[in-house]
Amino acid sequence: MTRKQRRLYFVVLGVLAVGAAAALVLTALRQDIVFFFSPSEILEAKVPTEGRRIRLGGLVEQGSVVKDGAIVRFRVTDGAHTLPVVYSGLLPDLFREGQGVVTEGKMGPDGEFQAAEVLAKHDENYMPKEVAESLKKTGHWQGESQPAK
Amino acid sequence: MESLNAFLSMGGYGGYVWSSYALTVVVLAGVLWASVRAARLREVELEQLQSMRPNRRRRRAAPDTQPPESQVS
Amino acid sequence: MHRFANPARFMRIATLVLPWAMGVAILTLGAGLWFGLAGSPADYQQGESVRIMYVHVPAAWMGMFCYTAMAVCSAMALIWKHPLADLLARATAPVGAAFTFVCLVTGALWGKPMWGTWWVWDARLTSMLILLFLYLGYMALADAFDDPQRGQKAAAILSLVGVVNVPIIKWSVDWWNTLHQPASVVKMGGPAIDSSMMIPLMLMAVGFHAFWVVVLILRTRAEIAAAKVRTLRMAQVHAAGQAEQA
Repeated sequence: MTRKQRRLYFVVLGVLAVGAAAALVLTALRQDIVFFFSPSEILEAKVPTEGRRIRLGGLVEQGSVVKDGAIVRFRVTDGAHTLPVVYSGLLPDLFREGQGVVTEGKMGPDGEFQAAEVLAKHDENYMPKEVAESLKKTGHWQGESQPAK
Repeated sequence: MESLNAFLSMGGYGGYVWSSYALTVVVLAGVLWASVRAARLREVELEQLQSMRPNRRRRRAAPDTQPPESQVS
Repeated sequence: MHRFANPARFMRIATLVLPWAMGVAILTLGAGLWFGLAGSPADYQQGESVRIMYVHVPAAWMGMFCYTAMAVCSAMALIWKHPLADLLARATAPVGAAFTFVCLVTGALWGKPMWGTWWVWDARLTSMLILLFLYLGYMALADAFDDPQRGQKAAAILSLVGVVNVPIIKWSVDWWNTLHQPASVVKMGGPAIDSSMMIPLMLMAVGFHAFWVVVLILRTRAEIAAAKVRTLRMAQVHAAGQAEQA
């Protein structure tokens, strides 16, 4: 083996080893890397919620937003399960029914999620208004903000 | 005038949009400026060095022969 | 002067390429700015704030592209001791760092009005911040040793260790749930961006790459000149030492 070949194998093996180590670490830390939990994960008690600050993410259920002064109540759904959320404070511009949302807070004793922070999560589709409207009209709409079934 | 104001306000997001573009322009211009300057400085230095007869020891102590400082980025 | 055989060829090609790269950069960035700021529609959800995308997304691509280029050059330098590879890696690092920085700051400026926050520690944002630190570490390490070759070697190894972060950035939005949305352009089933918005995005992307070529040429020229200066100085000192002994 020439020195060049040896160095080539060293570099390739080194990069592979680092990659494997990173994969192991990231797999082990999976639960800590996810940014939020779905209503299903929380309701099926897959994550400890007792007195802990957690993030809940999903879609704002259509027709669920009720504003009472500074207090907002809405329901977050992932299709399978739904959790009621209560929040008081400023909502981001993209906060809409049918849109993605990530809220941070604690589970209340009454099963209502008490959010201290509400962030909007949007999907990867970008288009002008006219295109969105014509897609909705022709029934080719695939975006997140689908009307409730 | 009206349309200029509308353009500048960017539907209320003017501050965010314009600062994004301004930042991009400033950073890229800075990188370009530093790179042009580095290339010019080093090439001038090399020319000066090459124009001297390389083996004359008297040149060694000349004040312009300080090692080049690390590059700007 | 055998060491500079390859750099000499690089200089010849660079002289040919430089004016073209500059022309492409000026044209595409000019057109990209116009299409990005005026000649494209507002988004149906995000309104005019979507225009931040036209600098944010290409800057993110450049951050990853430059890092990959830097790691490939570093590997070539380590394995084949190619004299030019180290110089190219060194020249790319500041450009990649600048684009990564632009990506992070414009991302914050976009996140505040849309998401409702400047910053969150989700997988995408965090791995992008790590990319910036890798660039800074590379640049610091490359200059940290008195012997430039040792510093270069240490920096090359760091860049190869850090290259594992690039696929993590790319697929972070698929592997974990994040606040950041999934990929819009490079994804299965074709882009999820309307063609009217694709125009400024692609113009800026081409412009940023052309900008990278321009800066790469300038910085590599500076590095080649610096290396020659070092060699000449060393020859001088050496010659002086011999003269004293004689």
